[in-house]
Amino acid sequence: MNSTLKRVAVACLIMFGLLMANVTYLGTVKAESLRNDSRNVRMLYARYKIDRGWITADNTKTTLAKTVDTGDPKFRFEREYPLGKPFTHVVGWFAPESAAGIESAMGRYLDGSHPDMVVRRAIDMISGKPAKGASVDLTLNTKAQEIAYKDLASTGKRGAVVAIEPKTGKILTMVSVPSYDPNPLATASKDKVNKAYNKLDKDGDKPLLNRAIDLTYAPGSTFKTVTSAAYLSDDSSRDENTQVDAPDSLPLPGTSISLPNYHGESCGGRATLVEALTISCNTPFAKMGMELGWDKLKEQAEKFGVGKPLAIPMSVAGSSIGKEEGKAELAKTAIGQQSNQMTPLQMAMVAAGIANQGTVMKPYLVNKVLGPDGAEIDGTDPEALSEAVTPEVAGELTKMMISVVENGTGGAAKLPGITVAGKTGTAETAPGKPSHAWFISFAPVDDPQVAVAVFVESGSAGNDATGGAVAAPIAHDVMQAVLGQ
Amino acid sequence: MTAKRRGAQLGMLAFAVLIVMGAYAGVGLGINGKVPSGMLGYGLGLGGLMLAAYLVLAKFAPWADPLLLPLVTLVNGIGLVMIYRLEEGGIKDASASNQLMWTALGVVMFSATLIVLRDHRALQRFTYTAGFVGIVLLVLPVLPVVGSEHYGARIWMNLGPFSLQPGEFAKLALVVFFAGYLVAKRDVLALAGRRLLFIDLPRARDLGPVLITWGVSIAVLVAEKDLGTSLLLFGAFIAMLYIATQRTSWVLIGLLLFVGGAVLAGQVFSHVQARFEGWLHASSTAVYDSGTSYQLMQGLFSLGSGGILGTGLGQGYPGLTPFSFSDFIFDAVGEELGLTGLMAILMVYALIVERGLRMSLASRDPFSKLLGGGLSFILAWQVFIIVGGVTRLIPLTGLVTPFMSAGGSALLANWMLIALLVRMSDAARRPPPQAIQDEGMTQVMQR
Repeated sequence: MNSTLKRVAVACLIMFGLLMANVTYLGTVKAESLRNDSRNVRMLYARYKIDRGWITADNTKTTLAKTVDTGDPKFRFEREYPLGKPFTHVVGWFAPESAAGIESAMGRYLDGSHPDMVVRRAIDMISGKPAKGASVDLTLNTKAQEIAYKDLASTGKRGAVVAIEPKTGKILTMVSVPSYDPNPLATASKDKVNKAYNKLDKDGDKPLLNRAIDLTYAPGSTFKTVTSAAYLSDDSSRDENTQVDAPDSLPLPGTSISLPNYHGESCGGRATLVEALTISCNTPFAKMGMELGWDKLKEQAEKFGVGKPLAIPMSVAGSSIGKEEGKAELAKTAIGQQSNQMTPLQMAMVAAGIANQGTVMKPYLVNKVLGPDGAEIDGTDPEALSEAVTPEVAGELTKMMISVVENGTGGAAKLPGITVAGKTGTAETAPGKPSHAWFISFAPVDDPQVAVAVFVESGSAGNDATGGAVAAPIAHDVMQAVLGQ
Repeated sequence: MTAKRRGAQLGMLAFAVLIVMGAYAGVGLGINGKVPSGMLGYGLGLGGLMLAAYLVLAKFAPWADPLLLPLVTLVNGIGLVMIYRLEEGGIKDASASNQLMWTALGVVMFSATLIVLRDHRALQRFTYTAGFVGIVLLVLPVLPVVGSEHYGARIWMNLGPFSLQPGEFAKLALVVFFAGYLVAKRDVLALAGRRLLFIDLPRARDLGPVLITWGVSIAVLVAEKDLGTSLLLFGAFIAMLYIATQRTSWVLIGLLLFVGGAVLAGQVFSHVQARFEGWLHASSTAVYDSGTSYQLMQGLFSLGSGGILGTGLGQGYPGLTPFSFSDFIFDAVGEELGLTGLMAILMVYALIVERGLRMSLASRDPFSKLLGGGLSFILAWQVFIIVGGVTRLIPLTGLVTPFMSAGGSALLANWMLIALLVRMSDAARRPPPQAIQDEGMTQVMQR
């Protein structure tokens, strides 16, 4: 009987082997999906078991998100957003099953699960204290943020405002309108949160989107700064006073149509670069684009950051000047139309790059991460993203943009005693549809502290709005707030 | 030459008790942040019990395998701690003090078996009695008054304030019966009948016992709605039949019969079908929402949430799974002790089985080999059915996780099972009597 006993022993071995293999599979490969299954309420409990780190701004002086101890053993720590709407798209929210904005992008620091915090967490675990997360301090200037939100919301239109500190890339303002109160999404009740979320999701104005980074729009005439940059860089003998053709209308090659100037205005046949930009003629820049060719225009845009994947730390939608087509399309691309699509953040980066003597700094929102004990765990060091233009070209562009504010379409952005450089944009969306209004600017010119991009999506309200009339006043207020006036 | 290794056994026993005490303290720290106040009492209680078991073993089975008692102590202790943890976590039906009491009774049964049964071969004389007792025990729950139905299975028997699962004891009686019966009949059963394809079929008239056992199994399935016990008994019978006759054809016939019976039962009885459906499509929303796979999936969530190292005792939510203290205790351990803890527990079971089978190989007579092989296999088989069930390797059938799940009958029966293995290992490892005198000095007495 020993031979069969041995075979039965082998059978037993196989049975235990199968059990062990299956348990190993469940405990390793499948563990993650079992843990995160929506029907597994442990995830929900675990989310509220952690004393989540706070989110602050103004060098930790202003609280944007805080954790409240409710004492409930299942849902102990709940989240509150004291400043609400103006900050929703940046700060985000912490819901039972999801998170958005910084709450999501910096989640591993906030809940303490980041590898940098392993030791700290182990100590909490051994000592039996509730796990405590790290606090995240943002680069936002809350005063400027609130003013930007108030101004933009009062237009009654959709839009976005982004302000950057040109020398570092710190994002000082990031506002998207319409916004919503994040607090109803941060309660521990799944049902209530789902109801609130679904209502926002179904809203035709799409408030859940952060228009500053999630969507791209035709930049219109603000893109003429990029075309000018390419044109000036292409030949070092060119400057703001270089004469260019400025016909009243420009026949587009390969088509039967001609490109007019805005509202059919005349630019006098010939104009200097600074004159062309000041009154925002279309024909000279369209012609410049055709002269430069697709590759040079694209290369210049890329040097300003277009097409580079960006995380601030939320990921940013990709801007692009479109696909290469014919000459006619190239002409329109050069004035910010056709398939040219930019995020408001990207246009703020263009202004910031010109302000910072041609160097575009990588934009970022996280100033520093502070451990539960207050010690700095992580901080962001300013980092150059690319050299968009030489300091000389940046100087010429700045002079041209000053003229836009002083003598041209951007007069509404003038600040008393401070020189402001800017560019308006009024982008056609579709024939017969209202245009988008843009304004990009920076100030003070001799020591730039802030670069702004204001975008107002005009499709939402019937009237026609120009960048100079609608967007420039908002940029004015934001710059003023940052500069402390 | 084997040694008694009694010192090693005592050391390992102390180690097992120490691990359990550590786990006990861990539960207190995890839930209340302090070492439980009853810790010393529990520690002394368990330690005292096991010391008593050890002393009985040392006196009445000195040559017994030194590993069995420490291994069983460890799984029993971990089960006890887990039940304590669930009770502390607010699961009303989990009672650690009850389980400790049953463990004590289990040790009493263990000791009594060793003291009363000095030679396990005596059991061979009670072959048919054991068979009769086994069948009676199986039938008891079906009878009116004494039998009662809980949670859809009629496997309980009311006995004053307690309810017993006689099926657990039937398991032991039937393995004794199978061993005795098969030793007697194995030569006949091994006779070849016609040859079909590549296997030798047994003779048709020898199919009788197999068919009877199969019939009883299916009857258990039908009358008591207890797929687990049915599968357990039939599997053990087939394995023992194979050990005794060395014929693969018996295994195949057995498998075919059981699968056929189960499929038929699946057609007729909705609960069998539901079990299968709940296994195959466990994670599908429709099956889950209907409740069919709710418990299984909750068990898997519990196990998976533990990951590799587990949450730590008292730190998880094992109580979310219904019956986490009985059928699903394995998943509960997985959540708090992780994959690491589960592998350790499976290793302990595998070692117990391995020691049992090794002892069977070393045994000197066919009855001991068959009884030892049968008892070891039925333990392994039971672990496979229930652990495989709660980890979704096979369809879920309600069985007790030996020594760990809450439940008195199973603890008593399994402690008796271990006593039998200990008794047999004592016989197998005991050195044969030495000749006292030299060959040359042998005196031949003649009249």
